[in-house]
Amino acid sequence: MIDAQMLAVVALVTLGLSAVVFRKNMIKIVMGISVIGSGVNLFLVSMGYREGSTAPIFTASRNAWMSLPTPQALTLTSIVISLAVTALMLSFAVLFYEKYGSIDTTKRRLKQ
Amino acid sequence: MAVLFYQHSAAFAVAVPLAAAFAVPLVAKLGKAARNAFVVLAVVFTQIMSWLMFQRSSAEGGFIYTLGASVPSLASPAGFPVRIVLHIDALSAFMAVISTTLAFVVSVYSFRYMKGRKSLDKYFALLLVMTAGMTGLVTTGDLFNMFVFLELLSVSSAGMIGYYGKGESAEAAFKYMTVSSIGALMVLFAAGMLYSQYNLLNIAGLADAIQFSFIDRIALVLLFAAFALKCGAVPMHMWVSDSYGEAPAPVSAFLVVASQAGLYALFRIAFTLFGGLSAAVMGWGMITLGMLSMFIGVTMAMFQKDIKRLMAYHAVSQTGYMLLGIGVGLAVLSSPVALETFGISAMEGGLFHVINHALYKGLLFLTAGAVIYRAGTRNLNNMSGLAHSMPVTTVLFIIGALSIAGLPPFNGFASKIVIYESVFMFNPLLSVIAMLVSILTLASFVKVFYSAFTGPADRSIKKAGEVPAVMWIPMGILAVLIIAFGLAPDTVMNLFVRPAVHALLNQAGYIGGVI
Repeated sequence: MIDAQMLAVVALVTLGLSAVVFRKNMIKIVMGISVIGSGVNLFLVSMGYREGSTAPIFTASRNAWMSLPTPQALTLTSIVISLAVTALMLSFAVLFYEKYGSIDTTKRRLKQ
Repeated sequence: MAVLFYQHSAAFAVAVPLAAAFAVPLVAKLGKAARNAFVVLAVVFTQIMSWLMFQRSSAEGGFIYTLGASVPSLASPAGFPVRIVLHIDALSAFMAVISTTLAFVVSVYSFRYMKGRKSLDKYFALLLVMTAGMTGLVTTGDLFNMFVFLELLSVSSAGMIGYYGKGESAEAAFKYMTVSSIGALMVLFAAGMLYSQYNLLNIAGLADAIQFSFIDRIALVLLFAAFALKCGAVPMHMWVSDSYGEAPAPVSAFLVVASQAGLYALFRIAFTLFGGLSAAVMGWGMITLGMLSMFIGVTMAMFQKDIKRLMAYHAVSQTGYMLLGIGVGLAVLSSPVALETFGISAMEGGLFHVINHALYKGLLFLTAGAVIYRAGTRNLNNMSGLAHSMPVTTVLFIIGALSIAGLPPFNGFASKIVIYESVFMFNPLLSVIAMLVSILTLASFVKVFYSAFTGPADRSIKKAGEVPAVMWIPMGILAVLIIAFGLAPDTVMNLFVRPAVHALLNQAGYIGGVI
């Protein structure tokens, strides 16, 4: 029941969450979110995996034992979205740096 | 032509604002007037489509639209919903109508308010993407698409919050994006959990197949928490004050309906997907969130000096009323007698408050925008005597403030009285706290009124005068709606709110629409 992928999912999501919660560096927070995203993607892909299956391309592997295509499609969409989110958040970090000269989220409070 | 629009209203409501968003920079090459006209046209078209959806879902009791199918009303060949399905019932259409109404008001207001700012083409493009995200989120019948539209809404909202691009708004946008992307990933995680067990992503299909196993309950908690975060309920409210406060004023008004789209998703999950669970604990969870939001929101608002942060905390507090009303309905879902006596009317009050909140909170944020436009500051301590030079804005502010405080004859009273009465039958204490919160709300708005609008007029502000008509007319539309809804609550209740409540309760009908 409990296999390596699931442990990896738990490890990735926990690592990502702890980075978001405990790190003050904005870049590291973005990395944390990215890591959570990877964990969730790994979860989706491993859910669709079937032991000893081939790629779900119907014409290439007719009558073969295929893994589920839908989770892979979901993962692909989710990867694209997480790319956009990462780029957007990093650009906000750039704007923050331009104003405060730091990417430490606690610095702004000290300046006031 | 009309039949075409009627049949494909759901697809148009999502596709048109999305396509128009990416066309805005192109149209802007023809000039600013062309761009503005194009934005208004796209928003009005989306609104007409939402009305058509509402008409059709009232007439047919909900319908589905399968994207890419030759016959859009059929989910799949074999009764197995695998395609991308938009599923519209009265509640979805109700929410779509609210969001597009605010989209219209906000875009017209923005033409003047944002005039002279840079990269306005992108501003209006993002405004339309937000509209598409909202209509998509409320019409989708698919858990994965819910995630996609949630991210679409979050990313475009974050872009709008960070519009001014200076340090603080960038920080607010960063914070918003952090919490909402984690929330969205949790939605995706839950969708994966449910998919792994039932091979379905369609909400109606899942609601039919669901067994309420341990994993399903984990998925419920993840979904519940994620959407409660999106609607800004209290333990997860920390993004609300920053994002509403730092965004341009029209965007703050629009973010109100954006968080209500999250509220819709929360109701859909609780009533449709997990409606068969009929666990009172879920209802009590929602009531607890509502009570916390109400009380903590208003107490945080009391001592704010920044006019928009103050209103943001009130938005949190008012969300509590909706959660309370709907939560009471959810808590008594399994007992037909209690549901009949007060459960349904509590839910009616809650949903009525959704539309009222969108109107008066939208109006209040826009009046705050008008004040900022003339006074040039958000700090209440630096404002004085604005009523001398801005009589129209003052009257509009008073209408909004009395409405949010729940005074007759405005619409806030109409929905709050329903909530008080029905919640009193459920648990008197909750109702008493709700009334207390209303009084504190009034106190807080009296403070804003006295410090911003009364007193000696500031000479620099007096010269500036009233805001231009193109700004106060959109606010006036909201004010007229507020008074109309306050004077004829029964009409609104029968026309919009009751069908939506019945759609929310009719889980079997929602499932039957697809399977």
